[in-house]
Amino acid sequence: MTNLLEIEKVSKSFGQVKANDEISLEVAPGEIVALLGENGAGKSTLVKSVFGLVKPDSGVIRINGKVIEPGDTASAIANGIGMVHQHFQLVPVMSVTENLILGDEPRKLGVIQMKEARNAAKAISERYGLDVDPDAIIEDLPVGMAQRVEILKALRRDVKLLILDEPTAVLTPQETDELLDVLRNLAKRGVGILFITHKLREVMAVADRVVVLRNGKLVGTTSPKQSGEAQLAQMMVGREVVLRVEKSQAKPAAPALKVTDLQVLDDRKLEAVRGLSLEVRSGEILGVAGVEGNGQRELVEAICGMRNRVGGTVFIEGVELPNLSPRAAHDAGISHIPEDREKHGLVSSYSIADNLILNTFDKAPFAKGWIRNHDAIAKNGITLVASYDIRTPSPNLPASSLSGGNKQKTVVARELSQNKKVVVAAQPTRGVDVGSIEFIHNQLIAARDKGSAILLVSAELDEVLSLSDRIAVIYGGKIVATFDSKSADRAEIGRLMAGSNA
Amino acid sequence: MKRLPLSGVLIPLLSVLVAMFFGGIMIAVQGINPLYTYEVLFETAFLSFDGISVTLAKATPLILSGLAVAICLRAGLFNIGAQGQLISGALASAWAGYYFVGLPTLIHIPLALLFGATFGALVAFIAGALKAYRGVHEVITTIMLNSMVIAIADYLASTPFKEPDQPLTRTPAIQDSARIPDIFGLPFGFFIAIAFSIALWWLLRNTTTGFRIETIGRNRNAGWYAGISVKRVTILSMLVGGSIAGIAGAIETLSITGRFEPAFNAGLGFDGITVALLGRGNPLGVIPAAILIGGMRASGSTVQFKTGVSPEIVDLLLALILFFVTAPLLARLLKRRHENVAITSGWSN
Repeated sequence: MTNLLEIEKVSKSFGQVKANDEISLEVAPGEIVALLGENGAGKSTLVKSVFGLVKPDSGVIRINGKVIEPGDTASAIANGIGMVHQHFQLVPVMSVTENLILGDEPRKLGVIQMKEARNAAKAISERYGLDVDPDAIIEDLPVGMAQRVEILKALRRDVKLLILDEPTAVLTPQETDELLDVLRNLAKRGVGILFITHKLREVMAVADRVVVLRNGKLVGTTSPKQSGEAQLAQMMVGREVVLRVEKSQAKPAAPALKVTDLQVLDDRKLEAVRGLSLEVRSGEILGVAGVEGNGQRELVEAICGMRNRVGGTVFIEGVELPNLSPRAAHDAGISHIPEDREKHGLVSSYSIADNLILNTFDKAPFAKGWIRNHDAIAKNGITLVASYDIRTPSPNLPASSLSGGNKQKTVVARELSQNKKVVVAAQPTRGVDVGSIEFIHNQLIAARDKGSAILLVSAELDEVLSLSDRIAVIYGGKIVATFDSKSADRAEIGRLMAGSNA
Repeated sequence: MKRLPLSGVLIPLLSVLVAMFFGGIMIAVQGINPLYTYEVLFETAFLSFDGISVTLAKATPLILSGLAVAICLRAGLFNIGAQGQLISGALASAWAGYYFVGLPTLIHIPLALLFGATFGALVAFIAGALKAYRGVHEVITTIMLNSMVIAIADYLASTPFKEPDQPLTRTPAIQDSARIPDIFGLPFGFFIAIAFSIALWWLLRNTTTGFRIETIGRNRNAGWYAGISVKRVTILSMLVGGSIAGIAGAIETLSITGRFEPAFNAGLGFDGITVALLGRGNPLGVIPAAILIGGMRASGSTVQFKTGVSPEIVDLLLALILFFVTAPLLARLLKRRHENVAITSGWSN
């Protein structure tokens, strides 16, 4: 079989760091190749080199035997390479068709042929089984659909090789499954696919071949048939990874967090949490399982004082929390690992040390009265960077210099090191590499064993299943069932998550 | 992104040089040697004691109005209203300066400064409160407040506070006890302005209030998450900015103009925007920026007299500086070089 894509000894350095070190790989037509690796392993750099967004220092990239001009996206596109970026490049207020033709509009005498474009869009969408409405406005579409528009954009240009940069990071489990179907479909029609991920399950499900990168080097090529999840994980991080979380029996004590009849509105002023009640005891982890968008975000934000409660109460050890005060929630004993670390969890231009005291900056020892104590802040930074394995040359560097996993470890370090009565962990391992996931899970267990009550909210059902002592299923803004994790049945939880009462 | 100290100096410096280059073309078009013009400008502004004294006097209100803009920039607010706040402070201090008779200097000057600060803050408070509680963009409100304050000050200086028995729109002269003296031939107000710069720099760096302001400015969502009251910090930053602008107007009144006359303070607040941006929003960076612009303002007429270049050249140079210092292209070009040096793996995003 002739190769569609050939990467030969591509290297790229940023300053002192070798992002790619003589990497070679091939993709055949109709083949799905997964590029696997931890955050910072060099996956993005490699695919950006292929697409011409990054100019490699050395090495050759060929498409169908033809060498591509390095660092030139136009050459990459002309040779049939398409890329779906992690952050969508769509205009939210425009329709699907308008987005598709943007920059390459079919024109007659200067007039855009919208009807023609619309029909063409519909035709490609149908040909590849993508099922996208050409008249829909992008901002009305769910994330999974918007991503399909991105894929369509690439297909429209008659792409031979499709690159996807962490396509599933933003998708719900259902959307992920649908995307994997789409990828299989494309491959069947001869499109070569190179996709980045660090989720092993997707790799096992869809990839023909797996290429593993670590610290900028290619550590191995294998296939799901040859290697199991455990072996892939080991290749990624270079050591044994415990995929099942090892934890001792919980010793739950008195209830620490109690939520009764909570009602919360979402951003569109629609009721997202509808009379929800739950209770978490000290020393246990209550996992909330559910498809995203069933009120989890609103639940977490209302407990932590960041969103208005229109009804119901939140108690910490029997004391009622005031509404809309993150400060009061914090002072009452809640730690909050927020769902979106870039938006809420970190100030990326601040140093790691300053981020580690972001919500304790005015408390002793980090401030004496009105004056900040730089020594204490620096010392705390050094201690936490070491004990939470935050990989950085110095805590004085800006948080923006960290990889996703290390950013998340910074947030986790700040929140868990405070030893609060209650920990609310929202999507604590989203977009984080396997090594960091394992570390964060162990830290959550350790916090539980020290007596914190932990409310875990996660879109990853596996995470909820393996970490929780009790599992609550959320659907339509209510808890529809609660299980002891030992008696929990994956299939039944799945049904309840989907809204079935059986 | 924490800027490397180098680019913090490099970008302003480059923008001044590029502005001088294009300004030089405009001078050459008039048939005058641009190098000679710049030489005269530099000589007049910086190479004699008298020149320096005038330069520093011109720089004084610019440092303060620059700080008024800079402190708000740190909180993520663009305070275009330094001009209005400054005029409000200038009028209030002029009133306090002539109305109170028989006070000792050591009481009269601080009192008049306090009047200036209070009324500057009052104007800024309106914009801050509207932003915090109603979400009205501060650029809109401060621009509108500028016009309102100018109109109100005009009315007050032409009717209730008007100096009697003369035709001009102006207040009476301030009492001698309110006059800020020069010390050793240098304007005393300049040292007040420097003290404010250092104090603000220190406050931002070392106090919890400073941390609140910086946090809100860099990521207000994270600030809210961290339990900082975004509303309170927004209003506080505007109050601090407004009071400093008010003091700028007060010092100008008490040491230079000696009374309030609407035309006196034209443009000082707007030059503050240039100063703040040229100083990269840094309270210490504002000082050299203000001295540079103060020097250009101070030597404008001498340059015109000696070289024959038209006097608008100073305004043109300032506009060019503002243009290039904000020119995103230049900034991005420099930033890109530094961004690649991210340590663990910034390139995955």
